[in-house]
Amino acid sequence: MNTILEVKAVSKNFPIKKLFRKPLQLKALTDINFSLGSNETLGIVGESGCGKSTLAKVLTKLETITSGEITLQSIKYPDYNASDFHSHIQMVFQDPYQSLNPRKKAFDIIADPLRINSDKSEAEIQGLVYAMMKRVGLREEFAARYPHHFSGGQRQRLGIARALMLRPKVLILDEPVSALDVSIQAQVLNLLMELQQEFSLSYLFISHDLSVVQHISDRILVMYLGRIVEYGARDEIFNNPKHPYTKILLDSAPKISGSAITKNSDALTGEIPSALYLPKGCAFAPRCPLKSAHCTEAVPELEVIENRQVACFNAR
Amino acid sequence: MSLLEVEKLNIYFKSDRSLEPVHAVRDLSFSIKQGEMLGVVGESGSGKSITNLALLGILADNAIVKAEKAQLNGVDLLTLKESEWQKIRGQEISMIFQDPMTALNPFLSVEFQMVETIRAHLGLSKRDAIDKSIELLSLVGIPSPKDRLKAYPFELSGGMAQRVMIAMAISTNPKLLIADEPTTALDVTIQKQILTLIKMLQEKNNMSVILVTHDLGVVSEYSERLQVMYAGEIVESGLTSDLIQHPRHPYTHALLASRPGAMVDNMKRIPKTPLPSISGIVPAFHQRPMGCQFNPRCEFVTLECKQGPIEIQVMEPKHREFRCIHPIMNRVIK
Repeated sequence: MNTILEVKAVSKNFPIKKLFRKPLQLKALTDINFSLGSNETLGIVGESGCGKSTLAKVLTKLETITSGEITLQSIKYPDYNASDFHSHIQMVFQDPYQSLNPRKKAFDIIADPLRINSDKSEAEIQGLVYAMMKRVGLREEFAARYPHHFSGGQRQRLGIARALMLRPKVLILDEPVSALDVSIQAQVLNLLMELQQEFSLSYLFISHDLSVVQHISDRILVMYLGRIVEYGARDEIFNNPKHPYTKILLDSAPKISGSAITKNSDALTGEIPSALYLPKGCAFAPRCPLKSAHCTEAVPELEVIENRQVACFNAR
Repeated sequence: MSLLEVEKLNIYFKSDRSLEPVHAVRDLSFSIKQGEMLGVVGESGSGKSITNLALLGILADNAIVKAEKAQLNGVDLLTLKESEWQKIRGQEISMIFQDPMTALNPFLSVEFQMVETIRAHLGLSKRDAIDKSIELLSLVGIPSPKDRLKAYPFELSGGMAQRVMIAMAISTNPKLLIADEPTTALDVTIQKQILTLIKMLQEKNNMSVILVTHDLGVVSEYSERLQVMYAGEIVESGLTSDLIQHPRHPYTHALLASRPGAMVDNMKRIPKTPLPSISGIVPAFHQRPMGCQFNPRCEFVTLECKQGPIEIQVMEPKHREFRCIHPIMNRVIK
């Protein structure tokens, strides 16, 4: 498998300015390392505030990184010019109600990436737009409509069509189905899986719905407060999680069993701490059932245990 | 003995665009026992939120509510005057809304909002109301409740704000709590905490709960009975475990089977394979089809499905009800 996107030791800090005080550093991402192969789907899971969306922004150059290095198709990020960069990596956003310009017609929403980043003629663009609309399941006569005429699922198809117009190799999907109704989610997931084969796309799939992530991903990356806590193949992570946070996350996800919950199952106590005032040592220690004295003193590094990387002193 | 009994509830909305009022909720009949949790599942546009608002008497002026029966503990809700509603609302029936951040007033402290509610309903002095608030906040699991009382909503996390909402909702010891998508805006780990809390309060206070959600996973673990709504009608209802394992209505079946984690006929889903999906979308209020509401999207549709309203069929011994002439009888979902 050839690597298409490589992220090495990436950190992102946001300075928070305080009047008459030293600025604080919000550590949104710390020492992130992963790679994405061609035609592969990497699922990213974690609670809100764990840095999933910051990661998506960093990868699409909406934010610059503080330190580290990102390589896309063997070229480093700073060496790209804008239109080259955008034809390699694109993003589909979570909320199809807010990510489409309400004043533009569907046709223009899909055509704009080509108008801006390529020198194709309007006639060529028109053909490409109609072909893409057909591919994502939108009828041709929809081209003249505005976003508010569409249902949630159709809008998300529009967002996907827009992202694919420049034929990128990597697509970042930030919670692409969580704003949709249950019966529509499966339609959009199926479309995404078909498109991946057809255009040989690599997906970075961010979601909080673990059953969706399990279905669509090849590998999983679990994040907690800006750090990777577990990273490995899908089946390893889901069938045999090693990090206590991954275990609890999988356990918290509602399951359709038809039977009532087991009362003694350990719900995670407490909430995610603020990224501004990270606890000393392992960030998960205050909520961790396996916490030992060592955990509050040193930060655990990622190490390979049973075919996956885990950052925990007590994971065995 | 049922706490709430509703028979043939119909809700219409007057509209400038059409002569006929729009028929939003059609012939809804259900009941809930004291101390029971009823799960209501439906997609957007299924009429679940409108039904809740009707139960609280807070629908907009253009709504017309008709029913053969709507009784809470023997009190007829249909003939109540506004002053009488105020005694029911908040005291007998309270509600938790979807987004805790917008349900709380951002300009007022938690203390002000809680004390106001408690004093209005229970007639306590301000000092007693503050003590009661502290007691309630610690009951719902808020650390250092005394300090949190002075906080403003923006200083709370989503999970904490939802706990405050729950504390306010149960402050009057209501007989019925309506939770309208209480955890949709929250993370899975927090979702579990909140649902466990609601379940604990239900059992502790012998309170009835209507848990409304679009997530079948959420209701399947917590509610005793389940009803599935589609386009303003109840399409299926029954005991949760029975309904989840043996869905009879094609809509319920498709909804359960389309979840990535589902197991149909003991076949485990292989990752990265196409999911069975329901084509089309929920019909809008003004474009509802004749006959079965689900017929344009149903794989078992016949001519009969498109003629006239479909009656509910009852299947004993577990008292399953479904609105379908071609129910699914022999498939298992896990």
